[in-house]
Amino acid sequence: MEMNELVLDVSNLIVEYVTSEGTVHAVNDIDLKILPQKSVGMVGETGAGKTSTALAIMNLIPSPPGVIRSGKIKLNGYDVLNMKDSELDQVRGSEVAMIFQDPMTALNPVLNIGEQIEESILLHEKVSREKAHEQACKMLEMVGLDRSRVYDYPHQLSGGMKQRVIIAIALCCNPHLLIADEPTTALDVTIQAQVLDLIANLRDTYKTAMLLITHDLGIVAEMCDEVSVMYAGRIVEHGTVKDVFTDTKHPYTEGLFNSLPNIKDRKSRLKPIVGLMPDPTEVPEGCSFAPRCSYATEACFKRRPTLKAFSDTHKASCLAYEDPAFLIERNKHGR
Amino acid sequence: MADNILEVRNLKKYFKTKKGLLHAVDNVSFTLERGKTLGVVGESGCGKSTIGRSILRLIEPTSGEIIFNGEDLMKLNTLQMRAMRTKMQIIFQDPYASLNPRRTVGQTISEAIKLNHLISNKKKIEERVSELMDMVGLSERYANSYPHELDGGRRQRIGIARALSVNPEFIVCDEPVSALDVSIQAQILNLLKELQSRLKLSYIFITHDMSAVNYFSDDITVMYLGKMVEKAPVEDLFLHPEHPYTKALLSAVPIPEYQEEKRKRIILSGEVISPINLPDKCRFSTRCPEFCDICNESEPPLKEIREGHFVACHNFR
Repeated sequence: MEMNELVLDVSNLIVEYVTSEGTVHAVNDIDLKILPQKSVGMVGETGAGKTSTALAIMNLIPSPPGVIRSGKIKLNGYDVLNMKDSELDQVRGSEVAMIFQDPMTALNPVLNIGEQIEESILLHEKVSREKAHEQACKMLEMVGLDRSRVYDYPHQLSGGMKQRVIIAIALCCNPHLLIADEPTTALDVTIQAQVLDLIANLRDTYKTAMLLITHDLGIVAEMCDEVSVMYAGRIVEHGTVKDVFTDTKHPYTEGLFNSLPNIKDRKSRLKPIVGLMPDPTEVPEGCSFAPRCSYATEACFKRRPTLKAFSDTHKASCLAYEDPAFLIERNKHGR
Repeated sequence: MADNILEVRNLKKYFKTKKGLLHAVDNVSFTLERGKTLGVVGESGCGKSTIGRSILRLIEPTSGEIIFNGEDLMKLNTLQMRAMRTKMQIIFQDPYASLNPRRTVGQTISEAIKLNHLISNKKKIEERVSELMDMVGLSERYANSYPHELDGGRRQRIGIARALSVNPEFIVCDEPVSALDVSIQAQILNLLKELQSRLKLSYIFITHDMSAVNYFSDDITVMYLGKMVEKAPVEDLFLHPEHPYTKALLSAVPIPEYQEEKRKRIILSGEVISPINLPDKCRFSTRCPEFCDICNESEPPLKEIREGHFVACHNFR
């Protein structure tokens, strides 16, 4: 595989937040690669480092207190971390665009939605105001809003409509990579279904690659080709959706599956993961998941596992697999 | 006859707004059998939280009857109602906002015991507090901690311990896990289930999460814009949903399983109509994939289409 084929190539990324109470190790040395037109899901719980990863890709880590300690981020060939602000402005929006979780706060309340879409178009394309306006109207129609809405202000729209406008802004300059950070968490399920459907359709129309950040494994199963599971700032398992869902390797991923009520089988008892994620200012010496892991041995508390490849597509970091006979519970029952 | 702990008849709650009357809960009736769980599901603005709060008269219903253990709560005065609330409690969605930040865990849990003079001996109160903390899986060392020192899961456990402190028979769980991470959600859901069987509690479980309500409830009512659109035993509802809204709601839930072929989902078009000054037609008609002319003529009544299964839809006449 040629390096420049990748839309996104993150390597050895370390993000820290330096506070008076200690250094928060948000992202601890992760690698992430996305091929053109592929969708990668990133799952994990609050504080796993998902959003910090996304912000680092945009070079938007708030500094201070945030510091990108090390790492290389190649975005369609651009070296994002070594660019001037003026150059970055050109990359953000045209190469990579982001959809944020909360549609209520991501829009400017004093500009109408047409102006907000035009702003992005005018910034990246050499077109007249009239042309930009026409393009904005077309974008609105693309995301399923009537063009008569173009002069509406955000407060006149429902949550689902606002998220559509944000999607229109994100896609109006046809970026190569779309980063969607929990795009539907603030929405109701039926509206969520509408918005996900819209994102999937537009992604296919515009041939955009996507990094979808979510805590919902169901959304990953429906939207993505590959999935990265994050825990305490590290990717603990990565593979195709098929790899991770049907041949789960990491005990944490298994724990996530066991925590979900199964809509098809109400009798099955939930098996929650015990305990809590470690304090990100004091990352344990060994495997970060060891204190909560039912398979943990003494070695897990001393030695940090590295990602081990199980196939060309599937990797997980767990010391238990040093014993070739090891199987997690989920894989024991002929799955 | 079934032993019903709670019977709600024609409950209405309208809010006056500048633009007109907002129908938050419109003519809702249901019963809850002792020791069982009734799930109330629906999307934001459907009135599910208003139902929960109206039952405890934390907000005053516009009209209706709330029969709790054979007694009509609407006839009680404030003092009688306060005494009654030792039998009925509520757990709130947001454990960050529902705890007093200036009280320790121990103070929060013991407050209702002291207020209701359930125990007077100081030492016995302390014992009771540690018993309650143990019951909800909170280590005793947190008794002197403040809420901000604890994570969401532990805070929700405090909320549960506080609800249990007065020995209630009935608890309204208003989105008790939706603010929590999945692994913590499962811990709290299991805890609530365990407490139910141990203390013979009856629950109303309010949520927007179809998977959680399925795991948790015996009966389910589906709400849409203040109206009950479908009510059925949980298995019947999930296997054979009848109302077009319920069908869409169920099909919209993303399932965490690998599938070669993507599922065909029912995608609703249109937006929810305003709950203010509602027209006399089916409230779901603007988004309904099975819409026909009669839906514009009147509001469909709730009808029993088979034993225990009620639907409000003109498709069933």
